Parts: sequence; C-alpha cells; structure tokens
Amino acid sequence: MEDNRVIKTKDVNFFYGKFRALTDISMDFEKHRVTALIGPSGCGKSTLLRLLNRMNDLIDGTHVEGEVLFEGKNIYAPDVDPVEVRRRIGMVFQKPNPFPKSIFDNITYGPKLAGLGDRIELEALVEQSLRQAVLWDEVKDILGQSAMMLSGGQQQRLCIARALAMKPDVLLMDEPTSALDPISTAKIEELIQDLKKDYTIIIVTHNMQQAARISDMTGFFYLGKLIEYSATEKIFTRPDIKQTEDYITGRFG
Amino acid sequence: MALQTSMRWRYFKEGVFFGLVRLSAFLLTAALGGLLLYIFVNGLGVLSWDFLTLPPTDSMTKGGIMPAILGTLYLTTGAILVALPLGIVSAVYLTEYAKQGPLVRVIRVGVNCLAGVPSIVFGLFGLGLFVVFLQFGSCILSGALTLGILILPTIIGASEEALKAVPQTFREASLALGVSKWQTIVRIVLPNALPGILTGSILGIGRAAGETAPVMFTAAAFYTAKLPSSIFDEVMALPFHIYVLATAGTHIEATRPIQFGTILVLVGLVLGVDLIAIVIRSTMRKRKRW
Repeated sequence: MEDNRVIKTKDVNFFYGKFRALTDISMDFEKHRVTALIGPSGCGKSTLLRLLNRMNDLIDGTHVEGEVLFEGKNIYAPDVDPVEVRRRIGMVFQKPNPFPKSIFDNITYGPKLAGLGDRIELEALVEQSLRQAVLWDEVKDILGQSAMMLSGGQQQRLCIARALAMKPDVLLMDEPTSALDPISTAKIEELIQDLKKDYTIIIVTHNMQQAARISDMTGFFYLGKLIEYSATEKIFTRPDIKQTEDYITGRFG
Repeated sequence: MALQTSMRWRYFKEGVFFGLVRLSAFLLTAALGGLLLYIFVNGLGVLSWDFLTLPPTDSMTKGGIMPAILGTLYLTTGAILVALPLGIVSAVYLTEYAKQGPLVRVIRVGVNCLAGVPSIVFGLFGLGLFVVFLQFGSCILSGALTLGILILPTIIGASEEALKAVPQTFREASLALGVSKWQTIVRIVLPNALPGILTGSILGIGRAAGETAPVMFTAAAFYTAKLPSSIFDEVMALPFHIYVLATAGTHIEATRPIQFGTILVLVGLVLGVDLIAIVIRSTMRKRKRW
C-alpha cells in the first residue's frame, strides 16, 4: 500500500539560539491535500513551514532536532543536499517577491539553472505554469515586460507560477494572501483548490475563514506546540481542546 | 499669554537653529565653489589642445602634460583592475558567506583601519613590497597595485553596502527554487548590487587619480617624454607633476600657469569621474522598483 503521507515530522524541536521555537512536533502531511497551519503570531507555524524545505538553514544560530521525513527520507540527514530538497518542495512567500526581471525570465530562472536549456521547452513551461497559476490570459502578451509592473495579486500568482515551473511535489505557502486585496485573495484561494489535484499544499494563514474555506486538514499551534491537528471541519465545528476552540472563536490570539 | 510667549521663544530657537544649519551648508558649498573657481580662473588660460596632447618641453616650462594624463589614466585603470575584483569578492565573503561573529568583526575593523591609513604609508608600503622586495621597480604595475590597495577599503565598503541593500526576499525566492547559494549570488544578488558597487568604486577611482604620495615612490617619473610601452615602465602622473612643478623645479614661478592648468585637468578628471558615478546612480535608481 502506498504511503499517502508525503511529509512526516518526528519529534521536531527547533531552536533560535537558546530559544526553543518548536517543541516535539510530530505531524503527517497527506498527499494532494491542503493542510492549514493556524495560530497566533509567534506560535511557530511559519517556523515549521520553513523547516520543511530547509529555509531556516539561512538563519545563523538555529538548529533542528528530530526528523523531517520527505518520502521516507530525513531531509536533515547529513548526506542530503538542501538545494535538492527545495527543488522538490517549493515555497511561496508572504509578500510577493518576483525578481526584477521580465515575467518570462522570472519563470524560467529556476528551470534554466536546473539545466533546462531548450527554448521551445522553456516557452511551453512558461505557458503551462502561468496557466496553472491562472495568470496566462492576463500576461500572455506582455511576457517580456518587467514583473515589477504587475499588481500585487498578479505578482503573487507569478510567484506561484514560478514555484510550479520547478515541478515540485509539495508547495509551501507562507501567508500568501496577507498582503493582497480581497479579490486577489479570492483568486488565489480558488487557485489553491485547483492545485491540490497535482500538488500537496501546506499553507500558513492568519485568516481563520481562509483556513476553513480552503483546507482539508488544520493544525493549531500555540507557543511552539501543536495543540490540535485533525480534519478542518472537525477543528472548526467541534474541536477536542478548549484552547483551540477559544482561538477559533476569537477569545484570544 | 504665558503659552504664547513660550511658543515665540520656541520659534526663535528654531529660527536660530535653522539659520546655523543653513550657514554651515552654505559655507561648505562656498568653500568648494571658491576653490573650483580659483582653479578655473587661473588654469583656463593655458588650457589648449596642445597642452593636452604634447609632452612637456624646455625643462617642463613649456609644452603640454600629455604623458602625465596618460600615466594617471594607466595607474587608475590598473588600480581598478586590481581592487574591483578583490573588493567585490571580499565583500561577498563578508556579507553572504562569513558567519557573523568576532572574526568578521575583526576583518571589518581592519578594513576600516585600512581606509584611515595616511596615503604616504601606502606609498612606503608599495615601495617596500612591490618596488624593492618583489623587484618590480618603479613602474605602472607597482603604482597600480599600491593605489589598488589604497582604494580597496572604499570598494569593499561600497560593495558591502550595495550587497546589504539587495532585499533578503530576492535571496529567499531564489533559494526556495532549489537554486544554490553561489548561483543565487551570481545571478540575483550581484546584478542587483552592481549599480551600488560601481558608484562606490567610481568614487574610489577619483581618489586614486588624485593621490600623490602613493605614486611618487612606486610609479611616477619626475620627467619622461617617452610613453610607457609595458606595465614595467615608469610614467608621469598628474598629481606628482603638480607637486614637482610647484616644489622641485628650477622655474617655480615661471611654471605657475602650467601648474594651474594641470590642476584644472586633474580636478576636471576627478569631477568627471564623480559625475559619471552620479549619473549611473540616478539612472539605476529610476530603474529599480522594490
């Protein structure tokens, strides 16, 4: 039987210097599902997300204990190349961060450096990625223009297209709509629903309605601990733990 | 009533303070303007096509300053060729690779100290190392290396600032696409930092062009009519030429106009280079949007 849990964390602890940001996180992420991570600011949900593709490596003075298994292999094992991990596990950030390059070059940047050189293949990839990110119709005639000319919502969809062009298995999204207006947010939420057919999506969000609308599973974090983790519907209707209920109903956080 | 008086007192203080600020800004500009005007008025008379294209004649009391212009161009170009790659690479190491800690702090302090070392010390260092110990002799190579070290701190400083100004989000975006750190630096960080690096470096060039002490021991000839044929030849240099004419010649009074003319050319060169830096910076600023 195929294991549906594409990422598993086992007793993960994470430290910024002496400060323990995550405590004993054991959590499974299922394939082709949207998993939402929620919790008040500073609860460790973004830290966990960035740990899943080793983006926290960039910060000096941090260290990880425990294991993060991606397809059964610990991505923190000494023989694992973080660059390889990040090719398979893509990421979209809180603020749209396109490169100051053309729309076309933004998308081909990663694939080219990964060795894709054929112009026709690259063009096909650009179209495919932009279509997946539902941006193609808006930009197909201006691919040569700077990505900085796009609106915030378009830029964020471009960033999603850019991540998809690497053909990752998992897409991590760190509050991808928090800098966007409601219309752009709705577009991206819709997009996430389409993408889960092909990708496993893990999303950090501050917006509880958003988590309820788009996710299949929800994990609630508080003070670096995973308080409750189950089907989104259950979390939002009859959570087992009082803290979860208090947070969801807006009594704190 | 009391309130009004105290307000009036405050406005008065504000007026005095603004006046002082304005005055100091004005004095600064006036000093620069006065200096330039003085050089311009005194030097313009000798400026001619011949002055720029002919070598000095009659024990440097007549003729032009072409060998000195050319020598200064060679020396500064050489200095840039030495210092730019070295400076950028050092800055990349300091900002992108090195773990921020005591070692990096020591290196930074070292770089800053290097920037504060008097230029005559660089001259003697260049004499000791390049001219004597490495036996390059007094030549373009020795002079360019010495000037290169002299402007290295400027270039490292400018490059570090420019690298730090590249948004961290660009680095993250690139790394998150499974691009290696080295490729991220080459493809994303450096291209975006380049305008800043160049601006800072060009200001360094201006400094290198104007320095006298480092070149007088390492590269500059008192007088040579022949143009250098290799980097192992001595050259004349504008600042040293001025120094020689004004202090060591036998006709100091008679060469006054030539001295001013040479100063004008040197100042013009340095200001021209600075102007290029300013133009680059402003066009790049318009282009970048983050």
